[in-house]
Amino acid sequence: MKKLLILGAGTAGTMVANKMHHMLDPDEWQITIVDQHETHYYQPGFLFIPFGIYGKNDVIKPKRNFIPAGVKMIVSEITMIEPEKNRVRVAKDNRYLGYDFLVIATGTHPRPAETPGMAAGEWHKSIFDFYTIEGATALARHLRGWQGGRLVLNIVDLPYKCPVAPLEFIFLADWFFQEKGLRDRIDLTLVTPLPGAFTKPRAAKLLGNILQDKNVNVVPDYYIERVDPEAKKIISYEEDEVPYDLLVTVPVNMGAEVIGKSGLGDEMNYVPVDKHNFLSKKFDNIFALGDAANLPTSKAGSVAHFAVEIFTENFLRYIDGLDMLQKFDGHANCYIESGFGKGILIDFNYDVEPLPGKFPLPGVGPFSLLQESEMNHWGKMMFRWMYWNLLLKGKELPIAAQMTMAGKWQ
Amino acid sequence: MSTKEIAGAVVNVDEEGFLTDPAQWTEAIAEAMAAELGLTLTEDHWKVVDFTRQDYQQTGEAPGLRRITKVGGVPTKQLYKLFPKGPAKKIARIAGLGKPTGCI
Repeated sequence: MKKLLILGAGTAGTMVANKMHHMLDPDEWQITIVDQHETHYYQPGFLFIPFGIYGKNDVIKPKRNFIPAGVKMIVSEITMIEPEKNRVRVAKDNRYLGYDFLVIATGTHPRPAETPGMAAGEWHKSIFDFYTIEGATALARHLRGWQGGRLVLNIVDLPYKCPVAPLEFIFLADWFFQEKGLRDRIDLTLVTPLPGAFTKPRAAKLLGNILQDKNVNVVPDYYIERVDPEAKKIISYEEDEVPYDLLVTVPVNMGAEVIGKSGLGDEMNYVPVDKHNFLSKKFDNIFALGDAANLPTSKAGSVAHFAVEIFTENFLRYIDGLDMLQKFDGHANCYIESGFGKGILIDFNYDVEPLPGKFPLPGVGPFSLLQESEMNHWGKMMFRWMYWNLLLKGKELPIAAQMTMAGKWQ
Repeated sequence: MSTKEIAGAVVNVDEEGFLTDPAQWTEAIAEAMAAELGLTLTEDHWKVVDFTRQDYQQTGEAPGLRRITKVGGVPTKQLYKLFPKGPAKKIARIAGLGKPTGCI
């Protein structure tokens, strides 16, 4: 029996388990997946929790519901990866799991403790994140009673998970406080290390204009050094201070610690891989997929989805000693919730920035690209159903893994 | 793509004046690029520039500030002292590595 071992049962790992269970011969292959948690979170839904649109129950399901019966699931912390010995040690029963091929899909996680003053006494009191279930629900409770003041949203560093989420947070906050009749008592400020709202020029212009229309202040090129939680201000490496009453932070993101201590990661614990086929640069039987890889594209579920599609085709050839023919292009596809029941859709890859136009989706679309529409909002809301019922289970979605120029205006 | 004459050489640059071909870089170009930014390169500056170029050759990507600090061993605070107002861009410019994009 050959052994395929998957580390991490999040979006990427779960999809790989389903695809491989479907494609690999069960008489020849044993597939095992390891994750330390029982619960699968629908992470795009975290954004809606602070504003009471979703509750905790809207974003959780048991991981086991999505792992096919023929795949062995082990719930345990991963202690060490030993690539020279083709084995992984797990905490449960302190045992070793051998492999012929290893897929690392251990994701990326916010690390508030990397920024001095952030994770101390004011954490989840006047300083919140919204990328964890704890942070999102604590912020929901806080916002229910908040009477206004300076809300500062700070992005600590790049890369971070779902690059558009902080903008969506700001857009939704503007809507939320208007609905509550509090908007005139609230100062909304986005403090970012980027030179503007986004990196790519056309999207940056559109999103920058929307921020301006919504009366949001933007402090660009700001690299935070520390938080002063008593004086309620953030301080940059250049000693520029931004005061706040409520700090919503996007902390430093890093890959899993086990990647670092196993010597498989870069300084942020991301696994260096070939950006077109996800094969480790050090070991020819290790792949890294999803946020765990150091790909120069967005850390987002849509990227993981397209990457797994490409990986599946390649892997079936690779195990037979054939060349990997499919090349990943860095495709990402993101719905940006812009408030008041509208949304924006962007579609891009390593080489093509988000462009305006129409996005074709058989049976449902088209959606408007780089433009606000109600349809895009419904696309975003509908996506949760698609995620649980199609995407995670590895079923076909009517959207190509590689980006298409169809409908885009140059 | 346009070209620019700097330190006695003709190099390919983008619209903002960043080198587009790291192989055309020389130490004299680095010093001229730094002078354009109002900087004189000291030993401390060179330590950062040398690390950045070596790291680029190994990984194929220009390192960010956090990587220069964690792997190169130069505290971020010092990077801001050496290359005030936007060190990431200035370091990449002087090291001839093209404009850092930020991965989004």
